[in-house]
Amino acid sequence: MLSFAIYEILAIAGRGAQTNALHLIELMEPTPQTSEPYAIKTDELTRKFGEMIAVDALNLRISSGKIFGLLGPNGAGKSTTIKMLTTLLEPTSGSATVAGFDIVRAPSQVRRHIGYVPQLLSADGGLTGFENLMLSAKLYGMPRTERKGRIAEALDFMGLTESGKRLVKTYSGGMIRRLELAQAMLHRPTVMFLDEPTIGLDPVARHAVWDRLEDLQQESQMTVLITTHDMDEADELCDELAILHQGKVAAVGEPDALKASVGPDATLDDVFAHFSGGSIQEGGSYRDVRQARRTASRLG
Amino acid sequence: MTSARLDAQPAAWAESSALVGLFTQTAAIAEVELKKVLRDPTELLTRAVQPVLWLVVFGQVFSRVRGIPTGNVSYLAFMTPGILAQSVLFAAIFYGIAIIWERDLGIVHKLLVSPANRASFVLGKAISAGFRGSIQTVIIYLIALALGIGMRWNPLNIAGVFFGVALGSAIFATFSLIIACIVKSRERFMGIGQLMTMPLFFANNAIYPLSLMPGWLRAIALINPLTYLVDALRGLMIQGGESIHSLPADFGVMAVIFIILATIASRLYPTLVR
Repeated sequence: MLSFAIYEILAIAGRGAQTNALHLIELMEPTPQTSEPYAIKTDELTRKFGEMIAVDALNLRISSGKIFGLLGPNGAGKSTTIKMLTTLLEPTSGSATVAGFDIVRAPSQVRRHIGYVPQLLSADGGLTGFENLMLSAKLYGMPRTERKGRIAEALDFMGLTESGKRLVKTYSGGMIRRLELAQAMLHRPTVMFLDEPTIGLDPVARHAVWDRLEDLQQESQMTVLITTHDMDEADELCDELAILHQGKVAAVGEPDALKASVGPDATLDDVFAHFSGGSIQEGGSYRDVRQARRTASRLG
Repeated sequence: MTSARLDAQPAAWAESSALVGLFTQTAAIAEVELKKVLRDPTELLTRAVQPVLWLVVFGQVFSRVRGIPTGNVSYLAFMTPGILAQSVLFAAIFYGIAIIWERDLGIVHKLLVSPANRASFVLGKAISAGFRGSIQTVIIYLIALALGIGMRWNPLNIAGVFFGVALGSAIFATFSLIIACIVKSRERFMGIGQLMTMPLFFANNAIYPLSLMPGWLRAIALINPLTYLVDALRGLMIQGGESIHSLPADFGVMAVIFIILATIASRLYPTLVR
């Protein structure tokens, strides 16, 4: 029993040393300059899965304080791009910085400065809204004294004060999304990633999510990157758009400028068709479709 | 441009030491797991049925056979620690299914995007598995009491049993987590889980002593962590029971196995979302 205790301590100490070493490496990284104009910058960012090139030499420059949309059909490389920028997936080649930190060399600095709302409704249904937020507060190293106040503030901001004590499995899809926004804003990220934020939600719930997101962006001045294949969402939310097609940027610009470049009275659908030679409604791998269906069925 | 009403993240958050962070994060993961188990204890209760059947049905019959040399303890007493260890194995070995479920829901993605130490996700789950094992221990003690099996009621022994069971649960849950990280789908996991359970279940000293086994089987039993758990429990739990390998050896082997498995699992956990 004693021997176990010793092993345990050694193991934890070993891990601590390892983490400290990681911190040291990151401390040697140049601190991000406040004058860095880009919240997200990718240089020839590439990800392959075997022979398949999911993201192909992506060069993106996303300015601070903007809502930027990555637009494309299922399978265009949006989710892979987000996975790389949020440090879930290492690029095959190329590089990227998020909030001034390199995604490969300083992943834990990147993680400290970003918020993330995954495509699936990922709040834990077996916990209350408050407990979901408390878990995040602890994982992000929020001091004990600040946790409750910040959680209350985030719940209030998302209009969930009343339902904070209820189990999340009793929430509607729109409420879960707003809870996830609350969870992602809790540690005041400078860059927020949202993967298909309103997929499967009804129109009222979608507008509520958009409103809360726009307010949050206004109040915090953070940069928001959303992926979507929904033209209304892109039109409503985004200051700037990139159209992704087969892992490459087919076009980038402000929504109105993109429309004007295609022709008078053009819609974003037309823009998309023009730059990718097809409708956004087509395409999509089996896996994406299955995943979207699963999300939809969870929302009932 | 409106001025930011929401204040920025204070830099001081990142300052707490890595060790304190690991403890806080591990405790946070374990805490939510415990809350979920306690809110829906169906699984715990159904798992309790299995050891009852083993002791009350299998044990009652086999204790009449008297064909298995168990030294100076009755067969029923001999197998009691074995059945506890096996129910721990059965409960923990399918733990990976829950991880795959959490992956499919996107919960794993969200955890991995946080700056928390990756080891805390694994250790938190291991602690929660240990807690589940403790509940099973309570049930085994109750059955043993009802059947009149001679147990050691010394608080230190009981504490040792709980600790051993928690460590054993942590080992099998972490092993299960590793398998889950490799196969990544529930269907494949169920197949592999069934495949692994049988050799782990029979190639050990839970229901017959090592001395009865042919050499090759004993060799397998000696690399089976369950063997060391059973051996430790037998020494701690029942009157007249002896630990063949000695308690420090049993706990030492289990601790080393756990550390190795936890290290591997912490490395593999991030690959769940790729």
